[in-house]
Amino acid sequence: MPIHIIDRRLNPGGKSLENRQRFLRRAKSLVQGAVKKTSQERDIKDVLEGGEVTIPLDGMHEPRFRREGGTRDMVLPGNKKFIEGDYLQRSGQGSAKDSGPGEGDSEDAFRFVLSRDEFVDLFLDDLELPDLAKRKIAQTESEGLQRAGYTTSGSPANISVSRTVKLALARRIALKRPRKDEMEELEAAIAACTDEDERAVLLAQLEKLKAKTKRIPFIDPLDIRYRRFETVPKPVAQAVMFCLMDVSGSMSEHMKDLAKRFYMLLYVFLKRRYKHVEIVFIRHTDRAEEVDEQTFFYGPASGGTLVSSALQAMHEIVRERFNPSDWNIYAAQASDGDNSYSDGELTGMLLTDKILPVCQFFAYLEVGESGGSAFDLSDSSLWTLYDRLRNSGAPLSMRKVSERSEIFPVFHDLFQRRETVQEKAAP
Amino acid sequence: MTERLFEGADWDFHTLQRITDACEEVALKDLGLDVYPNQIEVITAEQMLDAYSSVGMPLFYKHWSFGKQFAYHEASYRKGLMGLAYEIVINSSPCISYLMEENTATMQTLVIAHAAFGHNHFFKNNYLFKQWTDADGILDYLDFAKNYVMQCEERYGRVEVERTLDAAHALMSHGIDRYPGKKKLDLREEEKRAGRRRQHEEEVFNDLWRTVPKGTAKTRSAISLERRRKLLGLPQENLLYFLEKSAPRLAPWQRELLRIVRHIAQYFYPQSQTKVMNEGTATYVHYRIMTKLHQQGRITDGNFLEFLGSHTNVVFQPEFDDPRFSGFNPYALGFAVMQDIERIVTNPEDEDREWFPDIAGKGDVMGVLRDVWANYRDESFIGQFLSPKLMRHFRMFHLHDDPEERAGIRVDAIHDERGFRRVRRELARQHDVGFIDANIEVVDVDLSGDRRLILHHHVIKGSQLNETDTKRVLQHLADLWTYDVSLIEVDASDKVLREYVVSPRPITAAA
Repeated sequence: MPIHIIDRRLNPGGKSLENRQRFLRRAKSLVQGAVKKTSQERDIKDVLEGGEVTIPLDGMHEPRFRREGGTRDMVLPGNKKFIEGDYLQRSGQGSAKDSGPGEGDSEDAFRFVLSRDEFVDLFLDDLELPDLAKRKIAQTESEGLQRAGYTTSGSPANISVSRTVKLALARRIALKRPRKDEMEELEAAIAACTDEDERAVLLAQLEKLKAKTKRIPFIDPLDIRYRRFETVPKPVAQAVMFCLMDVSGSMSEHMKDLAKRFYMLLYVFLKRRYKHVEIVFIRHTDRAEEVDEQTFFYGPASGGTLVSSALQAMHEIVRERFNPSDWNIYAAQASDGDNSYSDGELTGMLLTDKILPVCQFFAYLEVGESGGSAFDLSDSSLWTLYDRLRNSGAPLSMRKVSERSEIFPVFHDLFQRRETVQEKAAP
Repeated sequence: MTERLFEGADWDFHTLQRITDACEEVALKDLGLDVYPNQIEVITAEQMLDAYSSVGMPLFYKHWSFGKQFAYHEASYRKGLMGLAYEIVINSSPCISYLMEENTATMQTLVIAHAAFGHNHFFKNNYLFKQWTDADGILDYLDFAKNYVMQCEERYGRVEVERTLDAAHALMSHGIDRYPGKKKLDLREEEKRAGRRRQHEEEVFNDLWRTVPKGTAKTRSAISLERRRKLLGLPQENLLYFLEKSAPRLAPWQRELLRIVRHIAQYFYPQSQTKVMNEGTATYVHYRIMTKLHQQGRITDGNFLEFLGSHTNVVFQPEFDDPRFSGFNPYALGFAVMQDIERIVTNPEDEDREWFPDIAGKGDVMGVLRDVWANYRDESFIGQFLSPKLMRHFRMFHLHDDPEERAGIRVDAIHDERGFRRVRRELARQHDVGFIDANIEVVDVDLSGDRRLILHHHVIKGSQLNETDTKRVLQHLADLWTYDVSLIEVDASDKVLREYVVSPRPITAAA
């Protein structure tokens, strides 16, 4: 009898991926809740690593007709001392009771592992940049060109030589057009030939081949192909996020840690959710500088505090690179709230006159010492200033954070999808 | 000396071939087994997990519940809570056995003997499998089912298809024909028929008929109860079949989905009735083959000891007060009874002659066993072949737990002269599927009234249905039926214990 032995190990894996996605889609709200709960207890780097979550089984339960209760009979192995007619106590160690057919009710939670991508996607799922896609949407849409295969007609500039030659070659082979070396061989044979009769035959053959060569052109108009282009609308919803971080001496390690965590989340969020979002990192002491992300997150710096310097820097960058009529501009600022007394007025002016008018959304995160001592004190100078601005209707959101565990809720709070606001803002 | 099949733990595909040939020689010549052609596939742990989540089948339609299974298995596997099976075997022709790549050469031998010959013989010869499953057609049918579900999703939307499948899955345990009668299922034919059904519907569809006035309505009392029940084929315990044929507002594709789920449930029905026998057979066969290979010198003493280690784990039966106890281990029970049959046939005692006059001392072990494998299921197998000696060996006892009884749980019988028959009868009953599943059937449809579907649950020994689950299942049932559904629980004296009434959810009403 023939036996087939097959090695399936190299077959593509992930056969149940589709089923898994269906399961996650179905359990989405449950899993999302679980993800948020888990993420609060974790370090930011771990959050993005995925991991195990637990969801209540209830929503995912598959019901069946199940019987329960009533009189039960069972046969068990391992009798040691019972004789017929004995009675066993029901409660307590009556192990016989527990060992009956398993009831599924006790299994109220369902644990499983999410991959990194699944975790982050779910974590960021209900977040978005508020009020995106503003201004130029109604005006002219810019268009770009994109390659889209080949066409039989077009401008000579767009002829695709390789494609044309390829088709011509195929056609020549198919129609058996005589090759050059074939002809040369025949001519050589004629030249070397002495016998008249044979020569006549060869000449006739040559004539035939020549006629065929004429009939079947080397390149036919049929072969010619042009590169095709399609116009595609370019997204106008361009956005830029300014990350302004205070790194002055008054910021303790703990505060910097909080601020960096916040930006790290923001960074991951923007990178994953939006293709066309630019991020500008600005850090400041009493001077502000634009830095790359590496320096922003890991570079050391210290000094005094002038918040206006950062705002000034942002204003200049906007003027140079991001025309407010084309760009959606966002800013997130993190600071301990300290500012030089003399700088308050300038900061307020910059914000009201230059920054806020061009911003879709401005988030301010005030970081405090662990234990919340900062909260007992009166509001910081920046907080007071921003509070005043917000009350006068500026698009400003403000939150205070003093513990690591608060970062996630606050972040969610700031960037939560706001359906109602959007709808109001749209018309 | 005969050549060794392999040295050490490593194997390659030539080794597998040699092993299979050697096993086949023993299986066919010494044991006289009759098997489907074998197909052996080597897979990785991840593929094994994949297989777990689609009830072991190599291809299956997509559904979220399989994803849930997968997530669950994967989580417990990663944490080391659960080891994976060494193999999975599929009742098909050719008989497909999956082997894990991590297995050592000895384990591969064990697994090939176990699955490719033990299970394979049982699948091919047991009367239940012959009656209810179509080994030739199952893979094609699963392929058809998978594609059909996919097409439905494209045409009617994933949500709709999922809803129908959810409902069908909930009723799956009651989508089985328990009594033979109709002709054997031919799954290949099934696939063609699905196509023909659709084609026929398209051909005979005539829009004109829609506008033709309906005939005058029959007077309500015109159809007698008896006639009505006959028309609808009542009482009917195959709920899925009933819905497929009689639910008034299901779309053709929904009926086809119910049919697919029903066929698959039916395909697995014999397996649930023969767990002890199936595993017992496979274990007995691998034990015989491995012993023979060792005797022939084709595997070393070391390999044989390794085999005995795994074998002992497989047939380990914890006692009832052991924390590891979770019911009878089908491998242990099945293997023990079959070895006991071997003993009775070859070397019976007086007790055995009295209990098993037909087989005691008959001499032809394999003849008797092959007959047992072909003609019994768990219930009848235990009911006939569990010997007093084995009951003493396992120290079996029977507990009777009546909630009304204040004194506690009564020990009804133990492994003594007075108790043997009662213990055996009870154990056999524990393995009777007809006894384990709730006995639910459609008894009537209120055709003249609100078209309510009426089901009865015949309560046995006071064991009623779990309330939350029942409501949910009935909800699914009502969604398919699209009118009210009521389930009445009645006891043996027709006393109504409880009544559920569920109305369909409005979404599905738009059929």
